[in-house]
Amino acid sequence: MESIFFYLLALVILVFSFLTISSKNILRTAVYLLFVLCATAGIYFMMNYNFLAAVQLTVYAGGIVVLIIFSILLTHQINTRLELASLKKRLIAAVISFISAATFFWALSKTTWPDTNGGVADTSLNNIGLQLMNFGPNGYVLPFEVISILLLASMVAAIIIAKKFSHD
Amino acid sequence: MIEGVGLNHFLILSGVVFFLGMYGFLSRRNMITLLMSLELMLNAVNINFVAFNAYLNNDFLQGHFFALFIIGVAAAEAALAIAIIVLLYRKFNSINIEKSNTMKH
Repeated sequence: MESIFFYLLALVILVFSFLTISSKNILRTAVYLLFVLCATAGIYFMMNYNFLAAVQLTVYAGGIVVLIIFSILLTHQINTRLELASLKKRLIAAVISFISAATFFWALSKTTWPDTNGGVADTSLNNIGLQLMNFGPNGYVLPFEVISILLLASMVAAIIIAKKFSHD
Repeated sequence: MIEGVGLNHFLILSGVVFFLGMYGFLSRRNMITLLMSLELMLNAVNINFVAFNAYLNNDFLQGHFFALFIIGVAAAEAALAIAIIVLLYRKFNSINIEKSNTMKH
């Protein structure tokens, strides 16, 4: 029963990610991307990664897509059609990504994974918080701090970029 | 992990999404759609991390935390990229990547 839902969500992800890269209307492209991200959050929910799914919904679907839609409204008339690259460039892009994909799937078919160790990961919010603040083994306080500095730096940089223009 | 679904199915899903994003990144000319293709690729990588964590090494949560940090980096990168795109639009009146080539001349 669960596998049917997984394949349904996978189908939604595949169809809408194809539409994301092929649609000619830019606002529709953003909405298709939103569907892809929500379906991914559904897969995380099914695997019992509830916190990650919530983060995916709030940061990706709630934050980034809204930011993208804002920037579309700031830079476009909504009805303009997207122009495509020349046929030659699109062909080169298709060949490059097809070769990479063929290599990937060939390697995947040659690999056998070890059996799962049967355990169930403890994805409770309590455990996640403890590991995120822990500096021992399996502690992630250093990348947590690095991410916080990165976010601060990008916020300052975005303000400076926005401010520089208004002076000249 | 999900009953009746193997690890390979996750990898095929994330591989297809990743290379669709790659094709979009190489073939699109509009900066905002480039950014969206990039988000698609990062999302595929996240699916990969989570699947490996749930199937192969589920005593710890490494894949889970890496997916979390990737989402954080993606948010920072999207905010900066959009600031730059809006600035370029004001300067060149277009967000086609082939029109903003001042440094070439």
